Amino acid sequence: MIEYALLFAFSCYGLALLMNIYRIIQAPGPGDRILALDTLVVNAIALLALFGILEGTTVYFEASMIIAMTGFISTVSFTRFMLRGDIIE
Amino acid sequence: MIIEILVSVCLVISGIFGLVGSFGLIKLPDPMMRLHAPTKATTLGVGGALVASMLYMHFINGNFSFHELMITLFLFLTAPVTGNFIAKTHLHLNHKASDLPPTGTDRPWATFESDAMREKIEAAEDAKAD
Repeated sequence: MIEYALLFAFSCYGLALLMNIYRIIQAPGPGDRILALDTLVVNAIALLALFGILEGTTVYFEASMIIAMTGFISTVSFTRFMLRGDIIE
Repeated sequence: MIIEILVSVCLVISGIFGLVGSFGLIKLPDPMMRLHAPTKATTLGVGGALVASMLYMHFINGNFSFHELMITLFLFLTAPVTGNFIAKTHLHLNHKASDLPPTGTDRPWATFESDAMREKIEAAEDAKAD
């Protein structure tokens, strides 16, 4: 049963990543692009967690932790740059 | 068996929420509305996936780890912060302070308040308190 649920979740997140990439390529403004990048990072973390279940290992959690931190920092610096034109004041 | 059902339900719910969050990012008409879909739905979706992973690792694989909880906590703490920053960016790029609805107080929207204005208002409030 878990295999089918995993397959379903994998296809959902794959589709979600495609939608995010579409939104990054074709966005009405820079705010939407930043939002789409942030969502892409969150979806990638979910995909890594699912891959960890599929493989039965806990190795991928360190990777997803690092991706979560980098994603947060990059989103904040993007928005700071849009707001002030400068990341560190 | 119960754990299998629980893990499967968590996985399915997380998949649906992740899909809805990313679909809302494309579908919703207004930038401020679009902000809602990923910050709420996708955060819940990834939380579901990580809870499913934690249950699976503990009960079926037999090694418990706190990493999933740490990632969930980190995402739940940072999602509102990024949402707030993106909303501010949108406000400053696409709106003038005069376009926004009134706040109902003497002070303007916090993100449009200049430092000089803030100092003046706070000095006046201090004088009133004394």
